[in-house]
Amino acid sequence: MSRTSKAYIAGIYEHPTRKATDKTIPQLHAEVAIGALKDAGLTKDDVDGYFCDGEAPGLGGMSMAEYMGLNITYTDTTETGGSSYVVHVGHAVEAIAAGKCTVALITLAGRPRAEGVSSLAARARGDDLPERGFEIPYAPVITNMYGMAAMRHMYEYGTTSEQLAWIKVAASHHAQHNEHALLRDVVTVEDVVNSPMISDPLHRLDCCVISDGGGALIVVSPEIAKSLGDRCVKVLGHGEAVKHLNGGRFDLTYTGAAKSGPIAFAEANLKPADIDYASIYDSFTITVLETIEDLGFCEKGQGGKFVSEGNLVSGVGKLPFNTDGGGLCNNHPSNRGGMTKVIEAVRQLRGEAHPKVQVPDCTLALAHGTGGQISARTGAGTVILGRNDA
Amino acid sequence: MSQQERTYKEPGINMETEPYWEGTKNGQLLMKRCKSCGETHFYPRAICPLCFSPDTEWYEASGKGKIYSYSIMRRAEIPYVMAYVTLDEGVTMMTNIVESDFDDIAIGKAVEVTFRKTEGDQSLPVFRLCK
Repeated sequence: MSRTSKAYIAGIYEHPTRKATDKTIPQLHAEVAIGALKDAGLTKDDVDGYFCDGEAPGLGGMSMAEYMGLNITYTDTTETGGSSYVVHVGHAVEAIAAGKCTVALITLAGRPRAEGVSSLAARARGDDLPERGFEIPYAPVITNMYGMAAMRHMYEYGTTSEQLAWIKVAASHHAQHNEHALLRDVVTVEDVVNSPMISDPLHRLDCCVISDGGGALIVVSPEIAKSLGDRCVKVLGHGEAVKHLNGGRFDLTYTGAAKSGPIAFAEANLKPADIDYASIYDSFTITVLETIEDLGFCEKGQGGKFVSEGNLVSGVGKLPFNTDGGGLCNNHPSNRGGMTKVIEAVRQLRGEAHPKVQVPDCTLALAHGTGGQISARTGAGTVILGRNDA
Repeated sequence: MSQQERTYKEPGINMETEPYWEGTKNGQLLMKRCKSCGETHFYPRAICPLCFSPDTEWYEASGKGKIYSYSIMRRAEIPYVMAYVTLDEGVTMMTNIVESDFDDIAIGKAVEVTFRKTEGDQSLPVFRLCK
């Protein structure tokens, strides 16, 4: 069958570096832009829309547009942390459908390893944050914040550390085939639960890698996609949400995916069982567990059972995920994993994933981004993508 | 066994939250309640985030609650307990659990407020397990 799509992803590029001591951040933005445009078969002069996150150097997207010499009539710098790039895809599709632009470039770049910044807490935080006084003195950092989500999920549903470990095990099985992956060794459940405790109940191997680099995406109109050929991928649905502490009334056992997922599935007129491959944001193992439940791939509270049956392993399970090794093993550039989530989903739909992890006849894929902290303010972005003939 | 304790950073106080920090200096945990919808919210704001009414008032909370979730930051130079505590007033707040053996801490356990000096001599509400 042929599903209609308001826009297509025509180009992708993941920067091969994992430590960029010799490059500036603007340089990395330009390098990923060049890579994605080349992949799409387009040039810089074709770009009329530009998207980046709020951390890109300069005011909004203006400095980067100038640095790269972009001549644009549309820009969007929506900032929802690591989910930003998934959200940007959705916004680019809508802008293209509204006739505001025809070729949208989305870039991400950063160098936390080179700069020695290892956590969100180490970033400069504004004194004007309304929640500041009620959080900062207690020393929240990304690991103990996600640790609290995991602890509550274990309390309510009996989820175990061994079950969470299966998520890392699945990612490592995929990463062994990725020559660029930061961690390529296959690990076992025992390796994960015996790794040092960082912040209960999360062990070192429950955490994603820290890496430099970035990536880029090119989203184009149907007319341009037609001229570029069948490597273009359809964007069939998009949903986004912001979840927060709600005046002190909240539940840490679910994420913003509980809202963004159903919106994306409804727009695509698809259901979870239709999905052949899923890129699931994996800042920590618990992030994956809650997200697959929220997206409807299994019942709420059954995520532990689902992953420990090997369901995330390509060629083995029902829901092959993060076949590049994900943030847990491959790459989490600039502490923001949404970009690489979209990139690997596109590779799968093109049949360009590594042969050892390529999902046979992959027709429909989902990419989900999670931003901020699931134990406080968090952004969610879901896109459902289809192969050119889907 | 009591924990060794780290130093506490300054909260950063503004005109919306000043009464909260005046209260902690006097050993009181103040909450904000909306006079329109009747609900307590946290963190305290001039405008109720539940109904948008600007008619909000301070009151003293019981200082009692239960642990909603926690995580022991073992990797820190001085390990500490990050937690969310659900107060008897119905709202859940971020805090640290102090004066308590790590092994005794569990979700659902009853806790009570106590206070710690910050680097700049403000007073910060933290919680300990009830005896």
